[in-house]
Amino acid sequence: MKQSWWKILAAVLLIYTFTAGFLIDVPIIGNLYQTIRNLFFHVPMWFGQMILLLVSMIYSIRYLRSGNLIYDIKAREFARTGILMGILGLVTGAIWATYTWGEPWSNDPKQIAVAIALLIYLAYFVLRNSMTDMDKRARVSSVYNIFAYFIYVPLIMVLPRLVQSLHPGGEGVEGNPALNGQDLDPTMRLVFWPAVIGWTLTGVWISQLYIRFSLHKEKNWLNV
Amino acid sequence: MPSTQKIAALFKKDLLLEIRQQYTFYGILLYIASTIFVLYLSMGQPEASTWNGLFWMNLLFICINAVAKSFLQESRGRMLYYYSIAGALDFIIAKLLYNFLLMLVMSLLSLLLFSFFLGVAYSKILLFAGIVCLGGISISLVFTLLAAIAARANQNAALMAILGFPLIIPQLLLLVKISKSAFGEIFRENALLQMTLLLGGLDIMIVVLSLILFPFLWKD
Repeated sequence: MKQSWWKILAAVLLIYTFTAGFLIDVPIIGNLYQTIRNLFFHVPMWFGQMILLLVSMIYSIRYLRSGNLIYDIKAREFARTGILMGILGLVTGAIWATYTWGEPWSNDPKQIAVAIALLIYLAYFVLRNSMTDMDKRARVSSVYNIFAYFIYVPLIMVLPRLVQSLHPGGEGVEGNPALNGQDLDPTMRLVFWPAVIGWTLTGVWISQLYIRFSLHKEKNWLNV
Repeated sequence: MPSTQKIAALFKKDLLLEIRQQYTFYGILLYIASTIFVLYLSMGQPEASTWNGLFWMNLLFICINAVAKSFLQESRGRMLYYYSIAGALDFIIAKLLYNFLLMLVMSLLSLLLFSFFLGVAYSKILLFAGIVCLGGISISLVFTLLAAIAARANQNAALMAILGFPLIIPQLLLLVKISKSAFGEIFRENALLQMTLLLGGLDIMIVVLSLILFPFLWKD
């Protein structure tokens, strides 16, 4: 019970997101109307993905420093959940775009950037599976994971700012990659930030379950 | 600690190998020439934006072929020998420098052949040549570390393309954008400088990452 407080918190925050997110009064902005509620589901996915991939990279660094294979398993599972978050973010975004931009995929720079980011992390798993030796696999894929994160950040944070986009704040070239702070009115903030925390914690929870499963499955050679 | 002497010796060894067994150099040259010739036969002389896109795609494939061999040609035994005479940093710096030089030559050669076959679509020759050099260097830096990774993963050249294509896209997009300035497109004030600096920053970051990460690939 002592260690599960954050799981309870995650569940409570998600229940709050799902109820308050659908019930509160939202401002009507442009052609968004009620679809703005998707903000509580679509945007937290990207926050979650960035945090989970960061955690994955940190575990890769820890693996390289210590040589402990458990860190490599953790890096792998966090990257996997990061990909899951990315797919969910793309899908929720595509649904949103169908009703606001008229089509699910409109080659928006941010859509392209996150699709590429998914490819980068899928390549991480291709790389992992190409090697059979465990230590070698762990070391080589850790190196790739760290390298990939440093490309991933400019890819999603910097490049989309250089071009026009359909996303909020994308009319000028100074736009924020996705979130436009001024559009978020105080009542929406009250749901939005708990949603970000809730979804991220859920991502950590999913990763944790996978990690425990992997540790159990591979305990024969882990010596733990 | 890296020593200039060892780096110079390793660099010279790669250069000597290239000069003595010229099959790779001519092989890549033939690769450039035949790709461009096929493009010429199928497209004739395309308009500027197509020209630009084709050029960078072509450079990407050339880079994969040219840089891949820098690690794939080293056998296990030879790597062990390098390990005993030089440090990881010496080795990666020598490789980075060598691939840098190789891609510089290849980029300029493909620019020459592209202009010869597909026509001169750009309007500012010197500017475009500069961008091409910068582009060739940027691509070669990324692929040097990727070649090292792919070489550790069972010497698999196809793996390098799988890892490399998504990772190179940010730089390739920037390059395609920057090079539009040589085709007469007008940019907002400072936008060009901003993008060039961003590309330079990315290059520096990649070099630093290579220097930090390569020693971990080197140990076995």
